[in-house]
Amino acid sequence: MTDITASSAASAPNRERIKASLRRRQAAETRFRAFGIGSVLIAVGFVVFLFSTILHDGLPAFWQPVVTVDVFFDPEIIEVDPKPEPLEGQSAAEFQRASLDWQRQVTMVNWNRIIQNSVAREAPDVELSAREIQALIESNERYRLRDMFVVSPGLLGSTVPLELLASANVDVWLKGDIDRSLGNDRQQLPEATRILADRFYEDGRIRMAFASTLFTNTDSRNAPAEAGLLGAFIGSLYMMLIVIVLAVPIGVASAIYLEEFAPKNKITDLIEVNINNLAAVPSIVFGLLGAAVFINYFQLPLSAPLVGGLVLTLMTLPTVIIATRAALRAVPPSLRQAALGLGASKSQAVFHHVLPVTYPGILTATIIGVAQAIGETAPLLLIGMNAFVTTLPTTPLDQSTALPVQIFLWEGNENRNYFEPKTAAAIIILLAVMLVLNAIAIILRSRFERRA
Amino acid sequence: MNKLMLSTAIAAVLFAGHASAQSRDTIQIAGSSTVLPFASIVAEEFGNAFPDFKAPVVGSGGSGGGLKQFCQGVGENTIDIANSSRPIKKEEIATCNQNGVNKIHEVKFGYDGIVFATSADQGEFKLEPVHVFKAIAAKVPVDGKMVDNPYTTWNEIDPSLPNQEINVAIPGSNHGTREVFQDNVIAAGCEAAELPADAGEEACETFRQDRVVEISGDYTETLARLQANPATMGVFGLSFYDQNRDTLKVATMSGVSPSLETVASGEYPVSRPLFFYVKGEHIGTIPGIQEYTEFFLSDQMAGAGGTLEGAGLIPMPEEERAAALKSFQDGETKSASN
Repeated sequence: MTDITASSAASAPNRERIKASLRRRQAAETRFRAFGIGSVLIAVGFVVFLFSTILHDGLPAFWQPVVTVDVFFDPEIIEVDPKPEPLEGQSAAEFQRASLDWQRQVTMVNWNRIIQNSVAREAPDVELSAREIQALIESNERYRLRDMFVVSPGLLGSTVPLELLASANVDVWLKGDIDRSLGNDRQQLPEATRILADRFYEDGRIRMAFASTLFTNTDSRNAPAEAGLLGAFIGSLYMMLIVIVLAVPIGVASAIYLEEFAPKNKITDLIEVNINNLAAVPSIVFGLLGAAVFINYFQLPLSAPLVGGLVLTLMTLPTVIIATRAALRAVPPSLRQAALGLGASKSQAVFHHVLPVTYPGILTATIIGVAQAIGETAPLLLIGMNAFVTTLPTTPLDQSTALPVQIFLWEGNENRNYFEPKTAAAIIILLAVMLVLNAIAIILRSRFERRA
Repeated sequence: MNKLMLSTAIAAVLFAGHASAQSRDTIQIAGSSTVLPFASIVAEEFGNAFPDFKAPVVGSGGSGGGLKQFCQGVGENTIDIANSSRPIKKEEIATCNQNGVNKIHEVKFGYDGIVFATSADQGEFKLEPVHVFKAIAAKVPVDGKMVDNPYTTWNEIDPSLPNQEINVAIPGSNHGTREVFQDNVIAAGCEAAELPADAGEEACETFRQDRVVEISGDYTETLARLQANPATMGVFGLSFYDQNRDTLKVATMSGVSPSLETVASGEYPVSRPLFFYVKGEHIGTIPGIQEYTEFFLSDQMAGAGGTLEGAGLIPMPEEERAAALKSFQDGETKSASN
């Protein structure tokens, strides 16, 4: 007791020192916490900023103006032969040729005139030129009328109320994406069309409808308001399927072999180093490789999702292998020893006991790899996927784009006022696809983890 | 698992083998970003108008990039048509011939103007070629001697120009626009600047690095530069400017304001013809090339009042268009000698 008091009395300066050091250490901790909170806040701030600008820009693009018009299928303009019917004694090829001829005839009909006349009837009190009316309606709507007529030629002479898509410039004007106070010479729409659009919008003949074209159409330059993401989405889907079908089995098999079976020697060390290096190779290099190997050497078609899928597979493989090996390494050796001790063969031990434990890890690796691949643009540019494609790819060999490439293409479109919101909408859709993928990963993982 | 892997590998190989055996039924186009909007519109309309053909696929990459792909050789993995905003070069024809592409059909389909534009909130520019040359050349003549370009603002070059810092975004060398810019503006400006005799040829072609940015991407990239730094002047195609009149202000050149009319009449000095090149070897193998070309040159597309004029193309006079169509139909080809 006396010792302690003596020593504590003797070490009064000592205590001061300890106190000072304690203060210092506590201050350091507070500082660290402050830094931590600060960096988290900055990160959250960036995310919030990013999402709010994208949502703010992109959400309006999910609605687009449609014009309700009573379309009159004027027999004076639609002067075509009756639709050919299969005749007695006519071969299938002959009938098909007759149908094609007829369809070409129908295509040559001046459908624009039908639209112009029908719109003019909606506003009988104003004098409008054909061009001024045409600027109101998206130009590809004429093909919609044509297709309707091809399916039911009985429409001739009848009047059908239709909702026609307004043109991209009307969209821009009504949403105020262009400065409405600018003079005539700096506006895209003629003055008469702008007045007409405003008038129709006020009396409800133009309404904002959900932009389903975004999901049901392919890209379009001729009719920007009808441009959609379906083609790009299908292209991305094909590529994802190819990546999953190729990268997962090859990656997991190589990881299992390297981790469980391969002898540890210089060659496997070399392979391991190379795999780790491959994971760090910039994606554009894989694009160059793909262009050289798949297109120039194997003569695979340009712009095909098959080639894109193969390139992305190469890019995803190292990710899958590394993550699977990490998952295998995390399995305690006791599990293997127990299985071997009970008489299981090496492959029985691996496939029956070790591998099932790693499913959640492999699954996460796969989804992360696929999510990375779906957002990849650079390698696809080099294999011709940054192309304007209007047809839906029916097989992975057909020309196609991909979602991120479509975003890149829309970003480069010359109609900035219209395509800026549309690009943001495409980004929202791509992000949604990513979120869904990640959600699936989390659900599957938690399910597997419970089972294990 | 190994069996699965093996079967996947076999499937992949078979798939690939099948792919190269199957013939392509879609026309593949690449090249100039100036021509891209026009070609895309024609491609789309072509798909709509001809139910028996698929709509062609149109990629970009600049005139140089497109012709490079075009000259890679003959076969289904090479493109059929290259869009270009400048005529094909002799060296390019030589490369083409080396790789077996001998039937190069040149198709001219219209004109485009090249405009100088600033952000809409900037001052008025009344440019002469010599102004542009003095703004961007690496060395300019001062008192008969070549010195490093001393100008920092436009009004130092000519008091009639606004007091605005010199920053110019010009198209990179992969673009056909660059060549026209160099031939029609810089060469003219260089001549007007009256360089001393000892200046040398390259004085006309060397640009200062501190105030000139070369853009290798599309015009939207140039536009983004203008938005980031409003004191930048950008070089655009007339059709691009036409679609963005609300954000861009165009400069007059030699007193003429660029428009469809002034370019078509030849009054506006900086215009160039637009082309696409068709690979003759592919006609007949890839379906629709002949029809696509004829459709492109038809009255309803490239003609006056046609769809492409609405998109900003300056149509050729009737006779010129007919001549272009005839030369294609007659199978005239380009060779390195002519």
